[in-house]
Amino acid sequence: MVDYVLLVLAAIFVNNYVLSQFLGICPFLGVSKKVETSAGMGAAVIFVMTLASAVAYFIYELILVKLGIQYLYNIAFILVIAALVQFVEMFLKKSSPSLYQALGVYLPLITTNCAVLGVAVTNMQRGYNFLQSVLNGFGGAVGFALAIVLFAGIRERIEHNNLPKAFEGFPIALIAAGLMSIAFLGFQGLI
Amino acid sequence: MDITSILYPVLSVGGLGVVFGAGLGFAGKVFAVEEDPRIGEVLGCLPGANCGGCGYPGCGGLASSIVAGTAPVNACPVGGAAAAAKIAEVMGVAAGDSEKMVAHVACKGTCDKAKSKYEYFGMSNCTMASQLAGGGAKGCSYGCLGLGSCADACAFGAIEVVDGIAVVDPEKCVACGKCVSACPKKLIALKPESKKTVVNCSSKDMGKTVIANCSVGCIGCKICEKECKFDAIHVENNIATIDYTKCKDCGLCAMKCPKNVIFNPRIEAMKAKKAAEAAAAAEAAKAEEAKAE
Repeated sequence: MVDYVLLVLAAIFVNNYVLSQFLGICPFLGVSKKVETSAGMGAAVIFVMTLASAVAYFIYELILVKLGIQYLYNIAFILVIAALVQFVEMFLKKSSPSLYQALGVYLPLITTNCAVLGVAVTNMQRGYNFLQSVLNGFGGAVGFALAIVLFAGIRERIEHNNLPKAFEGFPIALIAAGLMSIAFLGFQGLI
Repeated sequence: MDITSILYPVLSVGGLGVVFGAGLGFAGKVFAVEEDPRIGEVLGCLPGANCGGCGYPGCGGLASSIVAGTAPVNACPVGGAAAAAKIAEVMGVAAGDSEKMVAHVACKGTCDKAKSKYEYFGMSNCTMASQLAGGGAKGCSYGCLGLGSCADACAFGAIEVVDGIAVVDPEKCVACGKCVSACPKKLIALKPESKKTVVNCSSKDMGKTVIANCSVGCIGCKICEKECKFDAIHVENNIATIDYTKCKDCGLCAMKCPKNVIFNPRIEAMKAKKAAEAAAAAEAAKAEEAKAE
């Protein structure tokens, strides 16, 4: 039990996908202008990443391992994630318009979020079982949501500051992201 | 080499693709939801790069926000004016909105006409400056600070700070309303472009205070209110306000305003002409006098 809790905590803080492993930087910079939108993106990532790690686990164990073609994992995972995101989007649109309103517009963007693929690959490489995979996916996604919401808060404040012309916009955002990454480095050795 | 080492990967990955494709195609039919056709049209006008520069999640997110009315038609910084015009066409037809609006800054207290309380060396940002005691460096606490927050907010370069006052170029203005919300002094409002008569002051101070701070401020004398034949201009809270639904653009108020706060280009031209004539007459009289001597 403690192992599982530690696994989730490690995925959120120590192995934070954005700030420690530098995956999923595209949405991290792209959708972090407002806290509101970044929270929506974070929620959508939690939803999809958890689901994707579960589905990717089955695809890997039941198809790739059985046929002895594990080396195809990248292609298979990308295929699964892209199809899954599309399907989830359609399903939510029909069955739960309110949840779709909350997440929907962020869902298509996740298709290209490499953190989702990163989680599936990490799960496979570490040989996690089903529960561990899902928990790692969930923890990783919570870590992503945490990072992007914090970052959006910082960027909202930067917006009102008087910056040198050369640093306006993305340059200062990248510097802020770097500093955040250094701050998260402090979690190394926690677990 | 075993043939299965080629067959298995091809079949499994291909099979997965076929299964997912068929599944998605089927799901698309089953879960089909009717959506506003305008979303697709607006999406077609956007660049489709999904860059997120607008602050919305991709072009689709922006398109639905525009159709829902929560985002302005020119929210896409990449597409610029061209995309905005196309989207406005899509949205405008549906909204039935034809009257072209422009932003107007209701303050003309330029550096030479309005007093300053102190010299301001802080951030070049009106929101920051207006939070200081007394609402910024300007003597008049309602006036334009001239630090250009509205100009920064304008994606079309339609606002410029001239002589300490923001000025809108009506040619470039698309009435997106970004400057309206950017101005901490609430000086900017959208008005119909066809109506040329404007009140160039927002001060709610009493007349005495206004005169002490600015030579072109509204003193709330109500002459305009009395002159107006259409009940279109009213002085409330010591400031004249024009009701553009009633205003006929006759310019009587602009003619009679003792502080020249109300502006109408036609009346202004007339006044300039009269002044020039008077000056010419005075000149002629002087010359006559000189001759007589």
